[in-house]
Amino acid sequence: MADEWSIGRIVRTMIPLLAALSVLQLVSGTVLETYEAVLVSNPALLVLVPVQIGTAGNLASITCSRLTTQLYLGTYELDPGNPELRANMGAVFALAGTVFGVVGVAAWAIGVALGGTLGLGRVLLVSLLISGMLLAVLVVVTSVAAVEASYRIGLNPDDTTIPVVTNVCDIAGVLILFAVVSFVV
Amino acid sequence: MAGHDTARDVYRQALPVILVSLVAGLFAGTILGSETMRAGISEVPGLLLLLPAFLATRGGVYGSLGARLSTGLHQGLIEPRFRLDRRLRNAILASFINGMSVSVFIAVVTYLWLTLLGTDGNLLQLIGIMAVAGFLSATLMISVLIAVIFVGYRRGLDPDNVIGPVVTTLGDVFGILFLLVGIYVVGAVL
Repeated sequence: MADEWSIGRIVRTMIPLLAALSVLQLVSGTVLETYEAVLVSNPALLVLVPVQIGTAGNLASITCSRLTTQLYLGTYELDPGNPELRANMGAVFALAGTVFGVVGVAAWAIGVALGGTLGLGRVLLVSLLISGMLLAVLVVVTSVAAVEASYRIGLNPDDTTIPVVTNVCDIAGVLILFAVVSFVV
Repeated sequence: MAGHDTARDVYRQALPVILVSLVAGLFAGTILGSETMRAGISEVPGLLLLLPAFLATRGGVYGSLGARLSTGLHQGLIEPRFRLDRRLRNAILASFINGMSVSVFIAVVTYLWLTLLGTDGNLLQLIGIMAVAGFLSATLMISVLIAVIFVGYRRGLDPDNVIGPVVTTLGDVFGILFLLVGIYVVGAVL
């Protein structure tokens, strides 16, 4: 078996992936640049950007990290009845619900402090209902898909799933946020 | 440990760290919205463009370092001790190499993308900022990550549940702060 802990192997597995994903992230960057004016006039939204990206990343890496460990321990299988899979999914939805509830209120408070124009109802609607729940669904689906794909291709899921899933969720998070924003504002 | 957690266990273990990371995210957002950062954004063309890629790389590089160490601990391949055995050293060096190369790569791609969009960018400035921010992030992220994983593991905390939040929390707050430092340093040198 190849040495999973050699520097060369870790670097060779990850560099092409990280490079490709950074190029993909320019999509988010371009979106941010496009909405610069909206962001500046609504500080609550600017404050939401790192939180949105961060929470998506947190939930994604918890899910991936758990799934890969369970894969190695032999307790994972792609089956809706699998107790491990159900526990992961339940936790992601509960965490997303909790976090985005707090996020909505906090973003509103900071936005008011910075002199924003969006009301509480709208920010809550934007962050909690739509982006939050869509993100949770996305996290679960992409995590499972990435673990399965990585395992079948024969790449170490520890190296591949977290970068792929967190990046996909980052980009989707920013896109979802601004799609919802252009609808609500 | 990891094999028998219910949704409630995962929720309870992950929630505190997630909430801490939430506060940090809001803090990062506040830095992002600050006067100084906005001045930096308007001074350096391409900064807003490279921001998501730069922040995401923190997650990718150091998140996978965390996942690797966590799996290694669960499999018994590495020991939760601050002693550099071959596996631990390799994992650390590899993530440092990955972090630095990708940071510089992002600077180059951002420059090319700016050129393509018809905006004037400064390649040296972007590479300088990313090199400074990348180096500072690597040093901080690797030290804190190893400390948190080992100490947490020895106290019975499943590293899988805490790596992500720790990485994104530190990555976001310090990523944005180190970007500011990078802008400042490069501005002083160039």
